[in-house]
Amino acid sequence: MNKRIPRALFALVSAGLLVAGCTPAPKENKIADPGTAVSGTVELWHFFTEREAAAIDDVLKDFSAGHPNIKVTVKPGQDDSKVTQAIGAGNGPDIGLSYSTDIVGKFCSSGAWVDLNPYIARDKLDLDKLNATTRSYTEFGGKRCAMPFLADAYGMYYNKDLFAKAGLTTPPKTLDELTEYAKKLTVRNPDGSLKTVGFLPLYDFYENAAAHLAPATGAKWLTADGKSAVGADPGWKTLLTWQKNLVDWYGYDALTKFKASLGDEFSADNAFQKGQVAINIDAEYRLAFLSDQSPDLKYGVAPIPTTDPARYGGGYVTGNIVGISKNARNPEAAWELIKYLTTDDKAVVKLAGLLKNVPTTTTAIADPGLNADQNFKAFIDIFNNPNSMTSPPSKSGPAYQETFGQFLTGYQSGKVADLNQGLAEADKQINSVMSLGG
Amino acid sequence: MTGTSLRRGATTFSFVAPALLGIAIFFVYPLISAIYFSFTEFDLLSVPRWVGPENYRRMAEDPFLLQAVRNTLWMVVVFVPVRILGAIGLSMLLVQLKRGAGFFRTIFYLPALVPPVAATIAFVYLLKPGTGPVNHVLEMIGIDGPLWFNSPAWAKPSLVLLGLWAIGDLMIIFLAAVLGVPESLYEAASLDGANAWHRFRSITLPTIRPVILFAAVTGVIYTLQYFDQAAVAGSIAGGQATVGAGISQSFGYPEGSTFTYPLWLYTVGFRYSALGYANALAIVLFVVALAVTVILLRRAKAFSGEES
Repeated sequence: MNKRIPRALFALVSAGLLVAGCTPAPKENKIADPGTAVSGTVELWHFFTEREAAAIDDVLKDFSAGHPNIKVTVKPGQDDSKVTQAIGAGNGPDIGLSYSTDIVGKFCSSGAWVDLNPYIARDKLDLDKLNATTRSYTEFGGKRCAMPFLADAYGMYYNKDLFAKAGLTTPPKTLDELTEYAKKLTVRNPDGSLKTVGFLPLYDFYENAAAHLAPATGAKWLTADGKSAVGADPGWKTLLTWQKNLVDWYGYDALTKFKASLGDEFSADNAFQKGQVAINIDAEYRLAFLSDQSPDLKYGVAPIPTTDPARYGGGYVTGNIVGISKNARNPEAAWELIKYLTTDDKAVVKLAGLLKNVPTTTTAIADPGLNADQNFKAFIDIFNNPNSMTSPPSKSGPAYQETFGQFLTGYQSGKVADLNQGLAEADKQINSVMSLGG
Repeated sequence: MTGTSLRRGATTFSFVAPALLGIAIFFVYPLISAIYFSFTEFDLLSVPRWVGPENYRRMAEDPFLLQAVRNTLWMVVVFVPVRILGAIGLSMLLVQLKRGAGFFRTIFYLPALVPPVAATIAFVYLLKPGTGPVNHVLEMIGIDGPLWFNSPAWAKPSLVLLGLWAIGDLMIIFLAAVLGVPESLYEAASLDGANAWHRFRSITLPTIRPVILFAAVTGVIYTLQYFDQAAVAGSIAGGQATVGAGISQSFGYPEGSTFTYPLWLYTVGFRYSALGYANALAIVLFVVALAVTVILLRRAKAFSGEES
């Protein structure tokens, strides 16, 4: 027998063991007794930059004034993958602040962010002070590993000048009305191409993701056991059929050509801001862009139109989240800071005002200063509405939404002949992709 | 073994030791890690769980793998030959220049210095239907320009166009090879009555064959890992350039036409936390790249009848 083979095998096995040995093991997390004094340094990583990072610093100054024994060090501009890699390597910050609820399932189930329930119970924190939707997207599998750090509410923007030109005075409330309005508001060039579009229904346009439109029909993503529900839930079929009818009225190619000519979503050339699209799905953060880049635009904000009038008033809700890393060197100080940022009404109101996002505590939501702007108030109303929906956390993150997104782009272009069969196939694909990680 | 030969061996080893250490740390260890993780369920945050060949078996059920493979193969089959042919053609033209050769060589090489992300962004805006200058120029001469990066049929050809624009890196190697062909061979062939095509086919091509092989091997390896330009083009053309979250929603835009194998690997690993499966995809990519390289080298040897 060749002597090199056992040697090579030995080397391979040794290297494999070394690799396995270098993988961090879980750490036990113990919490302090009630009333224990908290001090020391706490490190916060967040994704904000420039003006928004300065807003965070401003609020952290307030925290430091009230907690002189806790020193906060901040690392701005850190996205989820950097936080994940740092935690995986056994390092990372005490606190991570993420822009996406997509990581909740993974961070809760893996223990990358610790369960906050023991801290909440110890400090007798009343979670009912938090908006119900935000509570739902910050926990997974019975673990609350995150707290909501401001929120985004999605509704419908409409251009009042274009409405007036078309003889329309109020925003559409049902999907049928939306279709009717979209047709009335659409203007074509002499050659038949689109000049102004009433409502651009393509799923890959700006914020038209399926999740943002799902509240229109109340369509559900997942079953109770975490499997895909898109094939079984009738809400999806209703939404998709409505959207496809509108796409076909415009003509898919005409819409695609029109969409290709539009500016970037987060630039001053945004199609709604330029009056190229009369009705648009977007969140409250657009208000800051509008006042900065399109101060002369006359617009209004309304909830997402629905199929059932009883469901009217809501929209899509998501938000930033914040949690304590399993590698945190000072979890008690980390919790103290998280508690301040997410449950101290004054801090939450200040953050909402500076970052132009929706506050998450019931007291902060009712703040008269934030409600003074009618358009911002419209988003607060959407946020408070019980018909508002969010995307459920999943261990595989956004896999179910993105897999369905692939199906939707094919469907709207006419590649799916039988919707029922297509949705059943989409179910299989989603379940398959969700199981890739085991 | 004598003391002298031992010393000589130690000296030799000390010279190669840094390189060996580098290879061990930066190639062998990551490779073995990837092989190990490809047999586990791993999310980067918890301890990996050994699952045997399960990740490789899952590939059969992966609904997006075929699409990603198809797009990557398209790029390998079209992108690599087009760039090689373009670089050979350009270098042949440049060697003909009597005056201003240095200027034109610089001009054609310059795009290769532009970072891929910046070049892709510029290309998307140049080719943007409606507002981009390219379609305006086409319109002026009566041509209704395509949707380029916004069309499923034109998105990949647009990426090839981008690769062709940045052909300078390959062009400079072919230029050196073409300039290295002995002039006496051309003179002899001309005396025998060979025309330009005959001279190219019978003298230039055989002489630069090792360079063509090099370009083919490195081109295939590069294209199998094609990521940056496809990711940026999809995001920018989709109109969601600055969105931090949900980047993979714009991967493959439009309609999955630019969705390459490495984009899927990245999405699965870093968006869906299936690092074990992503490692299995990476190992398959490595094996395919290795196999293609070996095949190309063997075929080249068979053609030339000598060591390549």
